[in-house]
Amino acid sequence: MFVRGLKRKCFDGEEDIEGTLAGIKAIPSYNLQRQSLLDMSLVKLQLCHMLVEPNLCRSVLIANTVRQIQEEMTQDGTWQMINTQSTGQTSLDRLVSTDILCRSSREQAEGKQVPGYGSFSKDFEDDQTQDSSETMSTSSSVQAPRNMQSNVWEMENPQESRGNFQKSLDQIFETLENKSPNSVEDLFSEVDNSYYDLDTMLTGMMSNTKMGHCDGLETFSSPTTATSNSNCKSDLNELDHIVEILVES
Amino acid sequence: QNKSRPHSRGEYNVYSTFQSHEPEFDYLKSLEIEEKINKIRWLPQQNAAHFLLSTNDKTIKLWKISERDKRAEGYNLKDEDGRLRDPFRITALRVPILKPMDLMVEASPRRIFANAHTYHINSISVNSDHETYLSADDLRINLWHLEITDRSFNIVDIKPANMEELTEVITAAEFHPHHCNVFVYSSSKGTIRLCDMRSSALCDRHSKFFEEPEDPSSRSFFSEIISSISDVKFSHSGRYMMTRDYLSVKVWDLNMENRPVETYQVHEYLRSKLCSLYENDCIFDKFECCWNGSDSPIMTGSYNNFFRMFDRNTRRDITLEASRESSKPRAILKPRKVCTGGKRKKDEISVDSLDFNKKILHTAWHPMENIIAVAATNNLYIFQDKIN
Repeated sequence: MFVRGLKRKCFDGEEDIEGTLAGIKAIPSYNLQRQSLLDMSLVKLQLCHMLVEPNLCRSVLIANTVRQIQEEMTQDGTWQMINTQSTGQTSLDRLVSTDILCRSSREQAEGKQVPGYGSFSKDFEDDQTQDSSETMSTSSSVQAPRNMQSNVWEMENPQESRGNFQKSLDQIFETLENKSPNSVEDLFSEVDNSYYDLDTMLTGMMSNTKMGHCDGLETFSSPTTATSNSNCKSDLNELDHIVEILVES
Repeated sequence: QNKSRPHSRGEYNVYSTFQSHEPEFDYLKSLEIEEKINKIRWLPQQNAAHFLLSTNDKTIKLWKISERDKRAEGYNLKDEDGRLRDPFRITALRVPILKPMDLMVEASPRRIFANAHTYHINSISVNSDHETYLSADDLRINLWHLEITDRSFNIVDIKPANMEELTEVITAAEFHPHHCNVFVYSSSKGTIRLCDMRSSALCDRHSKFFEEPEDPSSRSFFSEIISSISDVKFSHSGRYMMTRDYLSVKVWDLNMENRPVETYQVHEYLRSKLCSLYENDCIFDKFECCWNGSDSPIMTGSYNNFFRMFDRNTRRDITLEASRESSKPRAILKPRKVCTGGKRKKDEISVDSLDFNKKILHTAWHPMENIIAVAATNNLYIFQDKIN
C-alpha cells in the first residue's frame, strides 16, 4: 500500500540510486543504519557484562560510541521516533548493513540532503522518517499508525527519554565495576536464548571472518521479550528493560 | 651495518620454554585471572644470566634465565647419584671437578610483584636506571623497584570519582630510554601524555600533551575507536616516539606536541570497512609497533599475516607476509600488495579476501642486528637480512 505510485516529497538534489523508489529497498538510510549501529553497540555492551571480567577499554570505547549516536539522534530529533518502533520485527529490520556509516561525514552530509522522500503520510512530511518508509517492503504497515500516535506523544517527552537513556547508559557502566556472580546468574536466567545465539554468531563471525555484512545479525531476535504490553512508553524504554536485567541483583 | 659475522644458518631452535604464570582465582571477585601473558620486557644484561619481566593481567614476575653446561662431580658429602654419604664413612677429602654436560637452560622466578593492580595490566617498562620499572593498567600506573615486591608507588591515577564519568583509559606506557624521570602514557582517545616524576609524586598533571587535531571531514562514529592508541614506543635516540592506532603509525618529535612529524598508513583500505570491523570486533585489535636499532625503519603488523615496514629516510614502505608457504628457510620474502579497488593484478590480494583471523599484533626488532621476530597466531617467525 505504500510501495508504488507514491508521490515523493523529497528535496532531491540527489541523483541516482538513492532517489529512485526501487533503490529505497536496496540501500538503508543513514538513520536506519545509525540505529542499527546503536543496537549493535548496546548488544556488545550487554555481552560485555556477561563476561566474567569485561575488557574495560573496549567497553569504554563502545559506550562512547553509543553516547555519540545518542547525542546526534537527540540533535536530529529522531531519538523519540526511533524508539517507538520497538517490536521484535522492527528490531530485525533495523539491523541492516551499516556500510553507509563508514563514509566520512562529508559524504554523509551530501547523502543527508534527501531526508524525507517516500514518506507514506502527509503528517510526516517534515519528519525524518524515511526509514519508516524504507521498511515498507517488510512489515511497516502495522507500525505506521502506531508511529503517528506515539510520535506525537513522544515529542512531548524528549527530556525524559534522553534522561532515561543517559541513566541507562550510566547504569550499564556502573555495573562494569560492581560485578558479582549473582548478577551473572540472574542475567542468564532472565535472558532470552537469542543471546547465546548472538554470542555464537559473533564468535562465529570472528572465527571465519570475511568482509561480511550484518547477515549473522539478521537472525537476532529482540531481547525485550518481556515488553509484552502495547504501551508505547514501555516500548520506548526497551533500553531501560535491558538495564533492569543488568541491575537486578 | 654488515660487519663480518659468523655465517648463520637462518634457522632457529627453541632455547628454553617455561611456564611463567598459572591461572589464578580471585576469591573476592569470584573470577579467574588468566595466565595469558600480556607483555614481556628484557632487563639490560649485567652478567651471564638473562632477566626478564613478564606480566599477565594482574601479576608481574621477574625471571632469571641462566645456562648450565657444567656439572660438578666428586662431592664429598654425597654420592654420584645424590644420596647423602654417612659422614663417619668419609676417610679422605677430594676436590670436586667440573665436567661438561648438555646445555640446560633454567628459568627461575626471582620476584613476584602482585596485588597492585585492580584493572588489567597492559604495559610494563624498565627504567634506564636499571633499578625501577613501571606497570600500567587501564586506569593507573605504578612504579616499582626491582628488589622490592611488597610495595609500589602509584604515579598516575585517572580513575574518576564516579565510574559513570569514565570516558578514557590508559592504553600503553613507557619510560624514556635515557631520562629516568620521564615516561609517557597513551590513551584510548588518541592522546599521549609525557610526565616528569620530579615534578610531583603523583603525575596526574602532564608535562607535555600530544594530540593531533581531528580532521573534521573524516569524522565518523568510529573516529574515536580508531584513534585509540594501542602502542607507544620511544626511539632509541630518545628524541622521537612512535604511536600505533588502528589504521596508522605516527612518529612524534618530543618537542612538538600539536601534531606528529610523520604519519604512515598501515592499511588505509580498511577505512571503508570500519562497520564490519566493529561488528566482528577486529576494530579493537591492539597492534604493536617497533623501531629498528638505527631508528630509521619502523615495523608494525596487519591482517592476513601481513606486516609492514616503513623506512623513514627513503619514505619507502613494504608489505611482507609471515606464513609457512612464503617462509621456507633461506627464502627471500616477496613483497605483497593489497588491491584496493578496480582491477586486481596478478599477485595482489583483494581486501575482501583478507583473513582477519590472521593478525600480527606482536613484532620485535633486534636492537642491533637486522633480525626481526614476528608472531603470527601460534607461529613465531624470525627473519633476517640476506647474508651475502
